[in-house]
Amino acid sequence: MLRVYHWLFPHPLLTLILAVVWVLLQNKISAGMVVFGIILGIIIPRITAIWWPDRPKSFHLGKMITYSFMVLWDIVVANIQVAWIVISVPNSKLKPAWITVPLELKHPEAITVLAGTITLTPGTVSADLSSEGNSLLVHVLHTDDPDAVRDDIKSRYERRLLEIFS
Amino acid sequence: MTLSTIATFAAAISLLIGAVFVLVGAIGLLKFNDPMTRLHAPTKVGTLGIGMLLLASILYALAQGDPSLHELLIMAFLFVTAPVSANFIAKVTIHRGTCETPPSPPKDSTWSTLNAPDDAQG
Repeated sequence: MLRVYHWLFPHPLLTLILAVVWVLLQNKISAGMVVFGIILGIIIPRITAIWWPDRPKSFHLGKMITYSFMVLWDIVVANIQVAWIVISVPNSKLKPAWITVPLELKHPEAITVLAGTITLTPGTVSADLSSEGNSLLVHVLHTDDPDAVRDDIKSRYERRLLEIFS
Repeated sequence: MTLSTIATFAAAISLLIGAVFVLVGAIGLLKFNDPMTRLHAPTKVGTLGIGMLLLASILYALAQGDPSLHELLIMAFLFVTAPVSANFIAKVTIHRGTCETPPSPPKDSTWSTLNAPDDAQG
């Protein structure tokens, strides 16, 4: 029974996302479209399963949702801070910096989410990953204390992602 | 004050806030003078700027009595794709040497974009 389930739903979350995206694309909810969305959600992950050999062993959806709202809030706050930097700080006084964030995360999916989060929060852009995947290169627009930014990323985002993908 | 009037005003305010952030993003793009700092400006446009414009669209559709949630999809796709293009621009900047050279990583030999193709095999 479990094998049938795994064969039919190689990525249960992807199935759900595809169904929701399909219904949103229709822009109105009707039973037929929900059913069709679920059918697409089963067929597409099944066909593309060969290209997704590994999936994260566990994924805490509830924590991911709280994480998303926290990131949304951070984006708003950081937007205002960076807008103020753009307007008020002259180019000569700007202190951009490279920082390296040592990673405890090992899953490629988790590192992708972390890098995306860093780029989406204004003021920081994730630029590259080290060759063995042990650290992340981040560019900061304006900071007096690069180490504080690094610790902030580690304690605020990476710790939560470790819990989500643990 | 009916609900649709409130929604119309809320849409107008969201439009204004969104426009301000898009403007600041454009100013940043013009003001900064090296590619890496310039890269920071569009992140504001891409997140809060577009976000508020899309919120205005949702609210306006609501005020017209024709609710629409397409905008959430636009937002989701934007949030997924924006970091990828920013990442590419950053890598190109590193290769062209138009920014400060990044420090070498603490544990590994080099950053993956600077890794020579032959080393990548090992």
